[in-house]
Order: sequence, then structure tokens, then C-alpha cells
Amino acid sequence: MIETGKAEAKKTDALRIAGLDCFYGEVQVLYGLDLVLYKGEVLCLFGRNGAGKTTTLKAIMGLVPSSAGSIKLAGQELTGLPAHEVPKAGVAYVPQGRRLFAEMTVAENIEIGLMARGKGKAVRENVLDLFPLLRQRLKQRSGTLSGGEQQMLAMARALCLEPQVLLLDEPTEGLMPSMIAKIRETVSKLREMHVSTILVEQRVDAVLSVADRVSFIENGRNRETVDVEELRADPSAVRRYVGVG
Amino acid sequence: MHFGPHLLLAALEGLVTSAVLALTALGLSLVFGVMRVVNVAHGEFFMLGAVLAWAISTAISGHPALGFLAALVIAPLIVGAIALVAERLVLRRLNYNPEATIVATIGMLYIIQQLALTFYGPEARPVEPPFSYRILLPWFGYSGYKLSIIAASALLLIVTWLVLTRTRIGLIMRATQYDSETAQAFGIPVDRVYGGVFALGAMLAAIAAVLIVPISQAHYLMGQDPLLLSFIVVIIGGLGSLRGTVVAAVLIGLSDGIISMFFSPTLAKIIATLLVAMVLVFRPQGLFGTASR
Ligand SMILES: Nc1ncnc2c1ncn2[C@@H]1O[C@H](COP(=O)(O)OP(=O)(O)OP(=O)(O)O)[C@@H](O)[C@H]1O
Ligand SMILES: [Mg+2]
Repeated sequence: MIETGKAEAKKTDALRIAGLDCFYGEVQVLYGLDLVLYKGEVLCLFGRNGAGKTTTLKAIMGLVPSSAGSIKLAGQELTGLPAHEVPKAGVAYVPQGRRLFAEMTVAENIEIGLMARGKGKAVRENVLDLFPLLRQRLKQRSGTLSGGEQQMLAMARALCLEPQVLLLDEPTEGLMPSMIAKIRETVSKLREMHVSTILVEQRVDAVLSVADRVSFIENGRNRETVDVEELRADPSAVRRYVGVG
Repeated sequence: MHFGPHLLLAALEGLVTSAVLALTALGLSLVFGVMRVVNVAHGEFFMLGAVLAWAISTAISGHPALGFLAALVIAPLIVGAIALVAERLVLRRLNYNPEATIVATIGMLYIIQQLALTFYGPEARPVEPPFSYRILLPWFGYSGYKLSIIAASALLLIVTWLVLTRTRIGLIMRATQYDSETAQAFGIPVDRVYGGVFALGAMLAAIAAVLIVPISQAHYLMGQDPLLLSFIVVIIGGLGSLRGTVVAAVLIGLSDGIISMFFSPTLAKIIATLLVAMVLVFRPQGLFGTASR
């Protein structure tokens, strides 16, 4: 990995993945994946369709079993924990495609987020302050929200855990530019609140504007992790790392 | 008797059937809705409820109401415990695979049935009703106990509905039903929910059986009809929909009561089966179910 020695000294791990192997049945999808998320940063996972980005996040959540390697949350080993213990340890997940409980109301989706770590009214108010739009729609069935509103609810539901680590899987997928801007703004806000975030993102402009570092995922491996500054200086580097052209 | 009173009598009989059927079918529907498990042994939990009710009420001397009340509390608890053990030992190990659990619950059906035959025997045995008060209507007298079955069932259905929609446990059950993976990502211990739901489903069947056994009889083969009728109700009402289950149970129960009285029980069954066929063709998700996601 490319790191400057000085910056490295101040950084502490929020999450450290080492040598992670994951299978779906007989098919191996992650091959000794290494990944480090520092406290308070936004780390982007960038890679082609099917590279294993979602699988990486699911493995962190314990939703796909890992056959080798370790996942440490501030030193605590997560592999081997039952999936429902992972959120309690402080990792919140915004799945690809949002996966709201569509038949439930907005309020009920938020309630489920609060229940995960036993948070109360105060957290709920803070979260709704971040997404004021949702406040007017608490009684609405979440399946009837617009795509952008659904994404906000998915993020709100996750933030109800007051997580140390937030996993966001393509939150801007299929949204209009105005909504994308809003989501991006929220991610930046979260950084100010010192939430460590792993963001799966396919759009280069989004990566450049919100990320601190970028990990290029390819065929189930972390090919390279680079500072976003380096990419801003030379955006064509993105293509080089992804191996396009 | 004139037509009007005759119809009223038929409707009352039908409502008693509906009441018991609604509870039984609700158990089946919850298990399928939340766990995606088709519990072919559901009728055997019903039978166990009745058989245990007989055992408990005969073991307790004194006023029949005492024995009955004891049965109403204890029999469902025992059945729930048996279901929980079966869930842990069998369904969980099969990872709740939809096909494998069908085969496994067929196995459970025969095991439970044979155990009942071995320990309870082939006789049909009555349980004394807790009270034998008759309500005198202008045209005929009607069993107060039968009316109390309808009331008890309605009460239990309302309680279940409140639990599902207004409580934390209900929220957890619904989250598991809609998306078990995401539920886990929010700290919901899905396998414990499954265990609880399977036990609850069996207990609902057992309660229904305890309620009905004073007006029918306990027998080791009595689980078959409730199983079939529950499937009919669940298909018509829509899987996992409480409202649909209740509406379908009332529909089936009432039409069964009325058609049986004025025509023949066979015609009633034929019509119910036709209804199922039509629902499957024209509205496979059931009258109240939501289309599959
Ligand atoms: N449930 C599953 N069963 C079997 N294979 C799967 C499953 N989910 C994903 N895969 C396979 O694992 C590989 C990685 O998938 P993953 O969803 O992690 O990719 P991704 O990087 O998130 O892609 P995308 O950008 O399209 O979301 C793919 O080849 C995919 O086909
Ligand atoms: Mg993905």
C-alpha cells in the first residue's frame, strides 16, 4: 500500500481485514482480501461488476461465511460471530438496492434500526434531523417512497445504530443527480461526525469528491489502495488501476 | 323449522367451524409466512392438543371446567415445547430448505401419529365441556359453549393481530418475514425467531383443538381434516396475511355449515376445492396476499 509515513503514524484502525476467503457454495469469490479502514475516513471500494465489493461488505456483516482470514473491528474479531451480533458490535449496513422492509412504515423501519443497539428517542431525533424529509412521511409505507427517499431511509435506519463503522453499498445507484448530491452531502456530514465509512461507488466523480482513500477491488482481491489526492491529480489513474484500457 | 331460523342455525354451526379453522390456519400461515416452511405436520399438533386435553382433563377430578381450563393452558404449552424441539432437531439442521422441510414434516406427521396411536390408542374419546349452558333463542336452543368458542377464537385473533402490528415482537417477526438477511444485519436473531414462530404456530393449532374437543372427540387421526382445510384457507386468504386467513376461514366455515345443512357435506367440500382451484388460477397470491417480490 502507498502511505506516507507521517500520516500513517496518527491513524488507528476502525476495521482491518486480512487474508479473507469467501465462497458461495463451491465458488470462491474473495481470495485473500486485505483491507484497512482508518478511523473517521471514507474508504471507497471501486471495481467492476462482480468484482466482490458487495460480498466484502456481506462478509463483514457475517452474512456470507468466510473460510479463512480475519476481520477485526477495533481489535475485536468479527469472523465467527453470528450475523446478528455484528451490528451490536457497532457496524451498520446499507445494502445494495436498499432492502427496506417495504411493507412497513418509515417509522417502523427506523424503529428496527433503533432496536439493533437499544437506542432511544434522542438518536431517532438526531437521525431525523439529518433527513428532515422522512419526518413528514413517518406513517407512509416505505415501499411507496421515491427511490431517493428510500435511500435516505436506508441510511437513516443504519445510522440509528450510532455505528462506529458504516457500510454503504452503492447508495447513489439509479438516483437522479439532485438526489446523488444529497447523498454525497450526507456522507461528508458523516465524516465530520467521525463515522468511519466504507463506500462502494461506481462513479468516478463521486469517488473523487467524497473519498479519502480508494481500494480497487478486482477478482476478489484488493489490487491497490491509494490516496484520493493522487487520483485527483491524475484521474486517468483510476482507469489504470481498474485495468480498463 | 322455517327457513330463516334454519339458516341461522347453519350459520352458527359454520361460525364455530370458522373460529377453530381460523386459529389453526393462522398457525400454518405464520409458519409459512415467516419461515417459508410448509408444515405438513401442522394437523398433528392440532391432534396432540386434543389428545393432551383429554389426558389432562381426565387426570384432574372435580368440576369439568377445572380440567378443561387446565387443558387449555397446559396442552398448548406442551405442544409448543414439542414443536420447538422438532424445530431445533430437524428444521434448523435442514437450514429451512423449502423442499427438504416438506419431506421432514411429512416424517414428523407419521412419527407423531404413531406415537399417539401407541400411547393414546385408537379410540375416540370425549372431553366434557366446561359448562353446558344452553342459550334459548325464540326458535331453538343453542349451546352456550359453542358460542364461547367463537368468542374465544375472536379474542385470540385480535390479540395475535395486536401483537403482530403493535409490539416489538411483532415488528421482529415481520422483519424476519419480509427479509431475513437484512433482519440479521439489524441484530435480529433470525434462528431464534424461527424457533418461536414454529412453536407459536403449533400452539395456535393446539388451542383450536382444545376448544373443539368438547364438541367433537379426541382421536389420533383427527389432524387430517384441519390440515387440509387450513391449506385451503391459507391458499384462498393469501400466505402470511392475517386478515386474509380470517376472511377465508369465515368464508369456508360459513359455506361449509350452510351448504352441509341444506345440501350435503360433500358438496361443501367440492365447492371449497373449486374455490381453491379458481384462486390458484386467477389470483395465485391469494385474495389478500401481496404479489411475490
Ligand atoms: N448469492 C450468490 N450466490 C452465488 N454467487 C454469488 C452470489 N452473490 C454474488 N455471487 C457472485 O459473486 C461474485 C461477486 O459478487 P458481488 O455481488 O460481490 O459483486 P459486486 O462487486 O458487488 O458487483 P456489482 O458492482 O454488480 O454490485 C459475482 O461473480 C457473483 O456472481
Ligand atoms: Mg454489489
